[in-house]
Amino acid sequence: MSFTPLSALVGGALIGSSASLLLVLDGRVAGISGIVGGLLQPKRGEIAWRSAFLVGLLLGALGLALLYPAAVHGVSPVPLALVVLAGVLVGFGTRLGSGCTSGHGVCGISRGSKRSIVATMTFMATGVATTFVVQHLLFRGAP
Amino acid sequence: MRSFVALVAGLLFALGLGISGMSDPAKVISFLDVTGAWDPSLAFVMGGAIGVHFFAARWAARRQKPVLDSKFHLPKGATVDAKLLIGAALFGIGWGIAGYCPGPALVAVAGFDRAPLTFVGAMVASMAAFHLGKAALTKQT
Repeated sequence: MSFTPLSALVGGALIGSSASLLLVLDGRVAGISGIVGGLLQPKRGEIAWRSAFLVGLLLGALGLALLYPAAVHGVSPVPLALVVLAGVLVGFGTRLGSGCTSGHGVCGISRGSKRSIVATMTFMATGVATTFVVQHLLFRGAP
Repeated sequence: MRSFVALVAGLLFALGLGISGMSDPAKVISFLDVTGAWDPSLAFVMGGAIGVHFFAARWAARRQKPVLDSKFHLPKGATVDAKLLIGAALFGIGWGIAGYCPGPALVAVAGFDRAPLTFVGAMVASMAAFHLGKAALTKQT
């Protein structure tokens, strides 16, 4: 993959702006796994903003599909059976660990939360180790 | 009004994920593949996001409440426990397998390709199973 620091930085700043809007105005954390998880165990006062956020996310995604289709047509470099396993692990792991890349990696770290810093170091480490095993030992870079 | 803010935030979040390259699982894998053809771009996503959000978080820490609500809804726990470590470790393994984390996978759904649809289906089912299992366990004890 080519090195794209500028678009990464601009995209990151947009993500940070989104999280800031949600925190400053609504007092909420922009953690995607938490937002989805909260809808799966609905409580009073927790449904409207979560649904609205996800509707916005999907509208943005549809906008990307129209204007910048490459953003929604990336290809996962593993077979579909492994995609299922990955989905199960990500779903369970983010609920057990109370967050993902957004909730821990962006919002928690920005707040200086010790839990989020430890969580982010942990999922980065297992992510790197897993990628090594899958890409270099299992498929040798060519699934 | 709060929901409208959340909608706008969701929209911005999706654009950020798309523009940054986070919604391309191959890009994510090449970021995590430090021993291969490593592409460090996505470190800049986190840098850009934290660089902006850090200031909002500092503002929030000095306030009693956000602009549109009577209190902040922030996680209260402060201790690093086994649940946090095991959960984060499992999440990282899943992330490293396919290159999808929750936000980017939801964005990629808009392309209607098989992989992100499958991933999101498995992820949401797994989250639902987690909550059902947890509810059943708390009922027992």
